[in-house]
Amino acid sequence: MSQATNRRLPIWALRLNGSAVLLFLYAPIILLLVFSFSASRIPGQWGGFTTEWYATLFDDSRLQRTISVSVRVALISTVIATVLGTMSALALERFKFRGRRVFDALLYLPIIIPDVTMAVMMLMFFSQSFNLVEAVFGIAITKGFATIVISHVAFNIAFVSVVVRARIAGMDATLEQAASDLYATRWQAFRFVTLPLIAPGVLGGALLAVTLSLDDVVVTQFVAGPGSTTLPVYVFSLIRKGVTPTINAVSVIMLVASLILVAGSVGLQRANASRGRQQLQTTGGTS
Amino acid sequence: MRTTKLKLAGVAVAGAMLLAACGGGDDASSAAACEVGTTDGDLYLYNWSEYIDPDLKTAFEEQYGVAVIEDNYDSNEAMQPIVAEGNSGYDVIVPSDYMVSIMIEEGSLMPLNLDAIPNMANLDPVFYPAPYDPTGAYTAAYQWGTTGLGVDLTVLGEDTPRTWGLIFDPELSANFGGNITLLNDPRETLGAALKYLGYSLNTTSAEELDEAKAVVADAVARIAAFDSDQYDELLVSGQTQVAHGYSGNMLYGIYDAENPDDYTYFVPDEGGTIWTDNMALPFDAPHPCTAHTFINFILDAENGAALTNWNLYGSPNAASEPFIDAEVLENEIVYPADRSKLEFITNTGDFETNFSDAFSEAKG
Amino acid sequence: MVEGRCSGGGKAVSVGIAEAKRDRSERRRGLLLALPSFAYMILFFAVPLIIVLVYSFATRTSTGSTSLSDWNLDAYRKLGEPIVRNVVLRSVVLALVTTAICLLVAYPFAWFCAHQRPVVRNMMLVAVMIPFWTNFLVRNYAWRLLLSSGGPISSFTEAIGLGETNILFTKTAVVIGLVYAYLPFMILPLFASIDRLDRRLVEAGRDLYGSGSQTFRRIVLPLTMPGVIAGSILVFVPSMGAYVTPELLGGGKETLLGSYIVTQFLTARNWPVGASLSFVLMAVMLVSTIIYFRSGGKNL
Repeated sequence: MSQATNRRLPIWALRLNGSAVLLFLYAPIILLLVFSFSASRIPGQWGGFTTEWYATLFDDSRLQRTISVSVRVALISTVIATVLGTMSALALERFKFRGRRVFDALLYLPIIIPDVTMAVMMLMFFSQSFNLVEAVFGIAITKGFATIVISHVAFNIAFVSVVVRARIAGMDATLEQAASDLYATRWQAFRFVTLPLIAPGVLGGALLAVTLSLDDVVVTQFVAGPGSTTLPVYVFSLIRKGVTPTINAVSVIMLVASLILVAGSVGLQRANASRGRQQLQTTGGTS
Repeated sequence: MRTTKLKLAGVAVAGAMLLAACGGGDDASSAAACEVGTTDGDLYLYNWSEYIDPDLKTAFEEQYGVAVIEDNYDSNEAMQPIVAEGNSGYDVIVPSDYMVSIMIEEGSLMPLNLDAIPNMANLDPVFYPAPYDPTGAYTAAYQWGTTGLGVDLTVLGEDTPRTWGLIFDPELSANFGGNITLLNDPRETLGAALKYLGYSLNTTSAEELDEAKAVVADAVARIAAFDSDQYDELLVSGQTQVAHGYSGNMLYGIYDAENPDDYTYFVPDEGGTIWTDNMALPFDAPHPCTAHTFINFILDAENGAALTNWNLYGSPNAASEPFIDAEVLENEIVYPADRSKLEFITNTGDFETNFSDAFSEAKG
Repeated sequence: MVEGRCSGGGKAVSVGIAEAKRDRSERRRGLLLALPSFAYMILFFAVPLIIVLVYSFATRTSTGSTSLSDWNLDAYRKLGEPIVRNVVLRSVVLALVTTAICLLVAYPFAWFCAHQRPVVRNMMLVAVMIPFWTNFLVRNYAWRLLLSSGGPISSFTEAIGLGETNILFTKTAVVIGLVYAYLPFMILPLFASIDRLDRRLVEAGRDLYGSGSQTFRRIVLPLTMPGVIAGSILVFVPSMGAYVTPELLGGGKETLLGSYIVTQFLTARNWPVGASLSFVLMAVMLVSTIIYFRSGGKNL
């Protein structure tokens, strides 16, 4: 009896906490949404309902270009970083090799380095390596899309690796042993046992990488080339004039786009999971 | 084995790059051989945000058949390393006065071919040659303005004393304490304090700087925020009553207000900053001829006027005067009558770190 | 960091030649797997970092650029000045407060989440991440509006008779902003850890007549400690270096470490000091991360 009430008492408190947290997390988002429809140019003042800000997005080619650059950078750098990050995670968690400690420590640095330091160091690195290439090979390279992607991958590998490692570490290692006992090759064991099991971690790492890439300002500012400005850098440079409802509209659209992406991947995952469960059931494994 | 080799390789590459650093980027550049009105590719412009009328860009594109690609920066110090390192890809940049002298000294700017910019003659002699570009070989003034105080007249009254004491004097600021913003810029804010104390804002005296630091430190308790971007909005929305900021931005904000007559901007009687932004070419501008043509275009009398009419900053172009809107020309905010107490900010060399340290310390 | 989880070659070393060979091929496999990212990180992270390290020993010229000839320790000597000590102390306190609040708020949330059906649970986790797919700067500006004296919160308190609230430009606003920015980084690791908790152990605690708080203290908390530590680090580290939020929501009235470093690079243009500050900060973080991990648990 007392145990039951003990367990029941906190539940409403937990629910309250849960809703409070969600309200807290979404309060600014709701504000953004509401004011993206406000006719007043001054942020925070309601000026009547309008969809004009969304309409101007179709005319503002510069804004569209920055969004396009941001999205492309995010997608490409995330794919590369996820692959490399997952490989690092597997290597660090499942193998011993020379230089492991150095690699491990190296992968912590992008997480703790201040943004501006990384921005400055990438600028110096690219400028001087381009000078070197020009001096030795006579080819002139400029900063641009590629340098942004390279820099984003450089910090995202570490973040993906942390997330995937957490997942691998929590995995039952004996499952892979079981697979090899059942005469599966390394590759088969990886493909049919490890990969599905770490998939949530890989996905989580990828999501984190996309978020970090889309939000990066200082590093991108320093390594971008002319005409390859990303959205956050563009917004950053606009703040002198204040955040107009157009920026609100852009944020809402990006939000909706991400939601669609996530819904899609969740749906995909569920389809995969149910298929996987069926497979495991037929082979008699655990889920 | 492999990893030690990797590490060694890494160190070797780093070493090579540092050596390259010593050698790269200091070719003494000479002016490009360009004819008037010629272009050699699209224009890549690196400018402050919302500083050029989009119609002007379109007009340039149509007149010369090239595209104008603009990127923005929000501070000189963020723009400078990108340009100085080389291969920035930009043809025209818009540095402020003190940054011009720094960049000239570091060889980051390409000298101008004055034959390709006949409209240079349009510039008011006050701005050409400029104190920060004494040979006049590197820059053409773009816009100028002042730094001062925007105030809410409904709270301060029409006959409010026009002094920095509104911020720095505890008694004067008692009425609206907590509703003041200061610029988040060491030179500007400490400069205001220095002017209030009667010193030059380019002082290199540690004692004078200490006094200014004390004044600012005392004021920190009375201000709402250090803000260099939205001071005009905070003023006009009623969140603050005294805002330290730039003339054009302030004017823009005031025009946007419901009752513009409730607000005004002035440079306090003790004096303040006058600043100029200037067009210049990075030392490795890829399309120098287009750049020269662009500068010449902006210096045209009517174009210069269009620029001022749009961004509400002062035009250094004497020939533009007839074309500037009367209400802009007569506006004391844009064209203050008395400029005797105004100083340009100049580079104080090694003393710059003293300014920034004093500012950090004043904040506590 | 994680030593004992290798499925392959941990224990077989001393046994025989065949085992030793397998061990070597394991190591080679591991190296091959790690090599692409290792090489990438060396070239595109370690090398740039070394360049900046070198800069920390250089001198600032009078025009603010860095002269690579007069090598000295001036940039490091500057770290002994009182301003640096104050800035670091202030940032540490702020980061600790933020981390503590995040922990207190996130733990019940993560617990609740972990006890829901998988569908609800996943939805909640995604719901936590979604706000972060808007622009970071825009989110901060939204908070600025929310907290200002003309904003919704103030209107609400006025409506219920508590008068105007102006939280903007206070330390509270900064803490709110930082907690907001880093709460998901606390929720997710905590969730991962709680999710892996064996419920039977909790049941066992109850069966042995442990009270709720005893069970929590002696069973749940130690078992979820890896999540607590991971989350704390993921919140503490960026909070130490935060500078946009303190400036936008706090009014920039206090100098914190993040803005101090940015000032060195982008205002004072004193790159050697910016570099030395960054390195000391990173060294401190790295050391404390290693200590944390060694003491409290090795993995989630």
